[in-house]
Amino acid sequence: MITPRYHREIPQRYRLEGGKCTQCGEVHFPPRAVCRKCGGREMETVDLPRRGKVLTHTTIWIPPAQFESQKPYVVAVVELENGVRLTCMVADAPPDEVKIGTEVEIIFRKLQSDPRWEVLQYGYKAKVVG
Amino acid sequence: MIGIVGYGSYVPRYRIKADDIANQWGADAESFKKGLLLEEKTVPGPDEDTITISVAAGRDALKRAGIDPKEIGSCYIGSESHPYAVKPSGTIVIEALGIGPEVHVADFEFACKAGTEAMYVAYSHVKSGEMKYALGIGADTSQGAPGDALEYTASAGGSAFIMGKEKVAAEILHTYSYTSDTPDFWRREGEFYPRHAGRFTGEPAYFEHVLSSARGILELSGLKPEDFRFAVFHMPNGKFPLRAGKALGFKKEQLEQGWVVNLMGNTYSGSSPTGLASCLDVAKPGDLMLITSFGSGAGSDSFILRATDRLPEIQGLAPKVRDQLADRRIHLDYGKYVAYRGKIRMNEI
Repeated sequence: MITPRYHREIPQRYRLEGGKCTQCGEVHFPPRAVCRKCGGREMETVDLPRRGKVLTHTTIWIPPAQFESQKPYVVAVVELENGVRLTCMVADAPPDEVKIGTEVEIIFRKLQSDPRWEVLQYGYKAKVVG
Repeated sequence: MIGIVGYGSYVPRYRIKADDIANQWGADAESFKKGLLLEEKTVPGPDEDTITISVAAGRDALKRAGIDPKEIGSCYIGSESHPYAVKPSGTIVIEALGIGPEVHVADFEFACKAGTEAMYVAYSHVKSGEMKYALGIGADTSQGAPGDALEYTASAGGSAFIMGKEKVAAEILHTYSYTSDTPDFWRREGEFYPRHAGRFTGEPAYFEHVLSSARGILELSGLKPEDFRFAVFHMPNGKFPLRAGKALGFKKEQLEQGWVVNLMGNTYSGSSPTGLASCLDVAKPGDLMLITSFGSGAGSDSFILRATDRLPEIQGLAPKVRDQLADRRIHLDYGKYVAYRGKIRMNEI
């Protein structure tokens, strides 16, 4: 990811900031300029809840080169407590620990560190709540 | 009253047993475990570093403090494993925690005592009236060369402390520092692993500074070892802090709660701060606590704290240190451990 894009996405990737339509109340993540529900163009920033449940998941056995050291790892679609859905890796989780309905918390982790001369990239992942 | 308003600790889920390191290098596991008083150590996941550990600990400190992150006027992170050579860890940590941008940020480095440095400067800012709240963090993903004695202990974790004048949960009564040029452990620019001067790191370095700092603060305060509920001394291994505590006149019961090294290893800048957090997890109002850090090079910082009536109200708001140490551990074999720690040379991507 190029540095300007990474910098622009810091609020959503670091702090889970979504956009709430001031007209109809629909919450978007990632934030959007135009509401997908009513077409409204005014959004306010909202912090999304950090707790949610796994809606569906898959295990990656053949990852892109930069994630090679982490395989196998789980990627899940998580539904947060307010109904917003996001896709992310599940950190520190052996594949058999993640099931549909597993409770998770959204945490802050390093997403990419290669190549080693580039900017480190951080963002959200899920963690199984024990 | 000035002191800790909120605190939080982070312990990674991965571990490696001392037996597995000893077996890899043909060493006598029992003699290492007996010599170091250590069973296993924490290992950071491949997506963890000082920054992610600081964010996790900082978030729990904010939960316990119950304050608006925007009220925090400074963020200091002490570590000897900052991910960037040039770019402060604190810049990323404040963004993730919702602090700033009106905030003073700096990274500190002083071997294993960088964490208490961060705490001391944060405390001093509040004491001077410069700001309402200040955040000090000690976190590390420390390195030990393969096969070196350090590899059995160098581990990962950290703790964060928000200092303030309001909502104080543990009042800081006294501080004291003791520093000299004692080259017992170092890492030159560009070197991957640190070097140490073997046994020289004991008497002239660790014990000279820890004992002098602890004796100094006891004299300053007029307090005696028996006045304290808990005492924490930097934990480069299991033996040193117990020997230091005994030499000062502390009893085993006063040292046990903060002695987390046997299950965690030496978290460098996070070591004595995490020992303190473990004591804060169970302390009762009025309890006195002593913490003395040690950083090679060399120096020690000491703090005397007293728990307030607010402490029991916030203890349960975030995970406790000993619960994290016991919680769902994943033990790695040596091969997975060196891969996670980046000790294997891979092809460039």
